[in-house]
Amino acid sequence: MNGPQDMGGMHGFGPIEIEAEEPWFHANWERRALGVTLAMGATGMWNIDMSRHARESIPPAEYYASSYYAIWTKGVERLVTRLGLVSEAELKAGAALEPPAPVKRVLKAGDVTATLRRGGPTERPAEHPARFAVGDAVVTRVMNPSSHTRLPRYARGKRGVVEMVHGVHVFPDTNAHGLGEEPQWLYQVRFSGRELWGEEADATLVVGIDAWESYLEPA
Amino acid sequence: MSHHHHDHDHHHDHHHDHDHGSELGPMDLRVRALESILVEKGYVDPAAIDAIVETYETRVGPRNGARVVAKAWADPAYRDWLKRDATAAIASLDFVGRQGEHMVAVENTPDEHNMVVCTLCSCYPWPVLGLPPVWYKSAPYRSRAVIDPRGVLAEFGVTLPETTRIRVWDSTAEVRYLVIPMRPEGTEGWPEEALADLVTRDSMIGTGLALDPAQVAGRGGAS
Repeated sequence: MNGPQDMGGMHGFGPIEIEAEEPWFHANWERRALGVTLAMGATGMWNIDMSRHARESIPPAEYYASSYYAIWTKGVERLVTRLGLVSEAELKAGAALEPPAPVKRVLKAGDVTATLRRGGPTERPAEHPARFAVGDAVVTRVMNPSSHTRLPRYARGKRGVVEMVHGVHVFPDTNAHGLGEEPQWLYQVRFSGRELWGEEADATLVVGIDAWESYLEPA
Repeated sequence: MSHHHHDHDHHHDHHHDHDHGSELGPMDLRVRALESILVEKGYVDPAAIDAIVETYETRVGPRNGARVVAKAWADPAYRDWLKRDATAAIASLDFVGRQGEHMVAVENTPDEHNMVVCTLCSCYPWPVLGLPPVWYKSAPYRSRAVIDPRGVLAEFGVTLPETTRIRVWDSTAEVRYLVIPMRPEGTEGWPEEALADLVTRDSMIGTGLALDPAQVAGRGGAS
């Protein structure tokens, strides 16, 4: 979706606020927000692509006014209410008012290390050969789905070159909507700065994205 | 974008901050409410949340990545392995898991400087660098890294020769990129542990360079 998350190339956000000796968390609620997000992710009721889509579905004005852990918190709130795990009334009351819905798993403290170490690999077995090879010229599709995609706006309709073949990976555009993993070949595609940004761009700039096969056509 | 954490500047000197009843802001209350509902309904175990926080606050951080880079500097066979199969080479040092499932290492040279961003969210290689700093997740960095990386680098105090190509990696999938910074001169024969002290978090994102040996000597052992 052309949501607030898709920031590449935007102007006007000002200088980068670099904090020396930055702590891991700036407030205790950030610790709990991280923990709640990961623990709820471990229930198996949604996947990482659904999480990302929940966050980018926050209206732009609110997204830009929110810190990152606030965005995460709001993403979890959206998911638990949409899936019927928590009601709006419960969020408002700050307390459980209804019986729980079943979840697939509950992460126990003793399983945290193993769960984090396992992570969530997205590579899947290849069922057909890759359409593109390293060095192939490609052009990214022009598309503007209102649903989840990982093809940023700045890299749509651009000519690039395949630099790496990463194997077959879960396709976020379907997985974010419960439409299955639909794994596809994934490629690192590089673009010249001038292809992306025009003749004024830094001539020494090259930008790469990881692009699923269906984002690409031969150039 | 204004950052909430300005509200919490008073915590910085003791960032193991506690919830002081008089200081609870809207987000404190909102997250507390969410957690208590989820716990009450049995979806999450608060002890699991504690364990997650403890992991990322005490066990994972850029020291891990610094060990990878130092080993690559010191051991040519490891460096080749890291460039060929970073996931396996990094796993051999026992840095594995969430947000580092598929790793690629990219090496800086005098001709090419690598810089990593996630314009679409905050993808970052947690097992080797820990949780990302606020600036990495912020709109100014995410918006500008792909269009004006030299301007971004200047804000980090890094100026590269005009002839050095800038290669930006936008983490749009589950592949995570680790920059291998250039090894500073004057470090020939150094042991890996000493080399690791030169490898900063930012040098592995590409918004910094590895420290000069003189800088480390002057830092009084800070890491």
